Amino acid sequence: MTTKAAPLLDVANLTLRIGGSGRTVVNDVSFQVFPGEIVGIVGESGSGKTLAARAVMGFIPPAVRLEGGTIRFDGQDVMAMSPKDLRTMRGSKVGMVFQEPMTSLNPSMLIGRQLDEGLALHRKLDASQRRALILDMLRSVGLRDPEGALTAYPHQFSGGMRQRIMLASVMLLKPALLLADEPTTALDAVVQRDVMELMVELTKANDTAVLLISHDLGMVARYCSRIVVMCQGDVVEQGLSEDILARPQHPYTRKLLSAMPHRLPARLLPEAKTPIVAVSDLVVEYPGRQGFFRKGEAKRALHGISIDVKPGEVVAVVGGSGSGKTTLGQSIAGLVKPTSGEIRFNGKPIQKSDAAYWDYRLNCQMVFQDPYSSLDPRMTIRQLVAEPLRLVPDMTPADRKARVAEVLAEVGLGDGFAERYPHELSGGQRQRIAIARAIVRRPSFVIADEPVSALDVTVRAQVLELFDELQKKHGFSCLFISHDLGVVEQVADRVIVMQDGKIVEQGPRDDIFDNPQHPYTQKLLAAVPGLESTPEGGVRLFWRRTENDASIVG
Amino acid sequence: MSSDSTTTGSGTVRKPSRMKLPAPNAIVGGTLIGILLATACTGALWTPYDPLKLSFREKLAAPSALHWLGTDEFGRDVLSRLMAGAATSVWISILTVTLAVIAGTTIGLFSGYMRGWTDRIIMAFNDALLAFPGILLALGLLAVVGANKYGIIVALGIAYTPSVARVVRGTVLSLREREFIAASRVMGNSEGFTMARHILPNCIAPLTVLATSMFGYVLLAESALSFLGLGVPPPAPTWGNMLAGSRPYIGQAVWLGIFPGLCISLTLLGINLLGDAVRDRLDPRMRGSR
Repeated sequence: MTTKAAPLLDVANLTLRIGGSGRTVVNDVSFQVFPGEIVGIVGESGSGKTLAARAVMGFIPPAVRLEGGTIRFDGQDVMAMSPKDLRTMRGSKVGMVFQEPMTSLNPSMLIGRQLDEGLALHRKLDASQRRALILDMLRSVGLRDPEGALTAYPHQFSGGMRQRIMLASVMLLKPALLLADEPTTALDAVVQRDVMELMVELTKANDTAVLLISHDLGMVARYCSRIVVMCQGDVVEQGLSEDILARPQHPYTRKLLSAMPHRLPARLLPEAKTPIVAVSDLVVEYPGRQGFFRKGEAKRALHGISIDVKPGEVVAVVGGSGSGKTTLGQSIAGLVKPTSGEIRFNGKPIQKSDAAYWDYRLNCQMVFQDPYSSLDPRMTIRQLVAEPLRLVPDMTPADRKARVAEVLAEVGLGDGFAERYPHELSGGQRQRIAIARAIVRRPSFVIADEPVSALDVTVRAQVLELFDELQKKHGFSCLFISHDLGVVEQVADRVIVMQDGKIVEQGPRDDIFDNPQHPYTQKLLAAVPGLESTPEGGVRLFWRRTENDASIVG
Repeated sequence: MSSDSTTTGSGTVRKPSRMKLPAPNAIVGGTLIGILLATACTGALWTPYDPLKLSFREKLAAPSALHWLGTDEFGRDVLSRLMAGAATSVWISILTVTLAVIAGTTIGLFSGYMRGWTDRIIMAFNDALLAFPGILLALGLLAVVGANKYGIIVALGIAYTPSVARVVRGTVLSLREREFIAASRVMGNSEGFTMARHILPNCIAPLTVLATSMFGYVLLAESALSFLGLGVPPPAPTWGNMLAGSRPYIGQAVWLGIFPGLCISLTLLGINLLGDAVRDRLDPRMRGSR
């Protein structure tokens, strides 16, 4: 299928090195992109995938030196191009969509002007023609009010909408090649899928080839015909998507595949008499902006939520951003005061004056989302993990020390880490510390708020596995909050789906995953791949569809 | 970090901590401040001549073997006066900075942690004080408390408190939103403990930088006040009133102005260099990155 024409982009033996230290960041990388094709580069952070792609545009950071190899775009050597030719190529022939929609649009420029900029530069059209083209493009990326969008600023749009606008601005010039660098990583699962579908549709309509850079193997496999797998600067494997998935040759590819979430058989939990946490009719309102004399209108984040968590059970709360899932976790943790409703812990309401309050406080712990901000930067790992023990009655200093060492070993970090500071650790290691801190008191209930969403895929898998292991070992109940159903599939016994502060569906995991009832649940599920193992040690992906999009071919 | 393969047992990549040479700014700044402190300590106890002793026979003598830095219009030894002045100036600056830091930190912590109306009222008052130039505020306060050594300390201390309060409050506000503060509350730590254990230590880096540079400003302000005649009353020497006294004689005895001026400039330079170095040192995130 790919031999019919000359390649649009031909990268051969590309080697990039960091100037001073001489570390090779991209090592002898070769790949090709043919016209109209979608090729994915998969790798984790530090694999060199972004650098390799940026080199195609002639964007290499000043500290990085080209050591060897050629990049040919449409037969021309990119490295030998004059700055003027490079500028013509960027934008008009090669477009780029960046990862962070919050920063890739100029915040102080109207959307209309930003879109017009590229057109005016690269196409000889008058203002009214350009305007018509822009409106047309905004309509085709699914903006409801294109006219209004022209005179709006980027901050008036959500992340997903901004990424659509970004896509529109790039596709306006009908480039022959689109470089998409983690275009949907910053978005939540449902929006991510919508934007990807749109990108595929638009590029297909314009016969644009796409080089998609991502760490998400599932997503890349879904949309790309060929995959290039990179690891620490090397291409370890490349080939047709189906082949790579079904018959992975390189151990790293297998590792990536095994890092994709998979379902374990449902557990049988002992019948419990009282739930450990019982939330009834919980309403949380955030006060609106207050003026000097008026009270702002309150924003209701939770509209009467009732949930039970039984001892030893892992309950996942799933929903997009703004669904109120984090607020739910925070109110159970005592960080947000409920407006009305009741939270009972071990059958007793949470009340600061109550004698049972300390039982709740000691037994209810939380793992936060961002391991970079949840650890006090001025404390060593030992101090961090030991801190919760301060409030445990009847523990001698020797007991505490032994407990800290035990917990650190449990989370897979030896004693050698104890005297380090958080900034000396990687994201995954930090999250292990955060988990250690949460379980060091042996709590009976742990709230985990998006504990793995800030981590790389393989690290994510390791941390999830660890969490699962610890949960089984210590038997704590858990409220696991996530926007990603794929993550939940692996750990949850029961799933609660939330949307706009309400529960739309709940049930045992297998029921939710195999037989979702609510359209929103179906939509969430359509955004994550299902996996089937193949005899060769690979996997086959399948995609669940929502009832009303039969048009998408998985 | 491509993968997270962590090993049980000893840490994997911990480098042995070598004795590293301090940064150049620490060396230069440290040396200058070291000299200043040594001079101040010596000056408090011993000076080559009595800094107050008049000797009209030797007035306006140029630097010589007898009087290394010359003498002033009353024949007093300039070196002795500089040393005695250093002691006074440093002592005033240290007390002033201590006063401002303690008062400002208390106000800033309280205000940033309480938020709401308490914060608004305190900060409105604070901003009103900030709107006055520090030296003007100090001048006004000096008129109330009286121009003497302790009057200067109180006046300058109050004048510099608002900027400390601002910095501390800002840091507290940004720290409050960090997840480790929420983590501390989930642990069951009281608000007071959270403040002392997690918020205050994280304020120390910006506070140290502020305090060191403030030390310089206070020294300068004290000199300026003395120069204006509102500082430590003569005949007691300070760098400021020495500079002021040198004015009429700038044509005949240039050393009278140069040496106090040089002392002030070098001290400020030293303090600023040291301030940067101290900040780099205090923040664990900056360690090892140099």
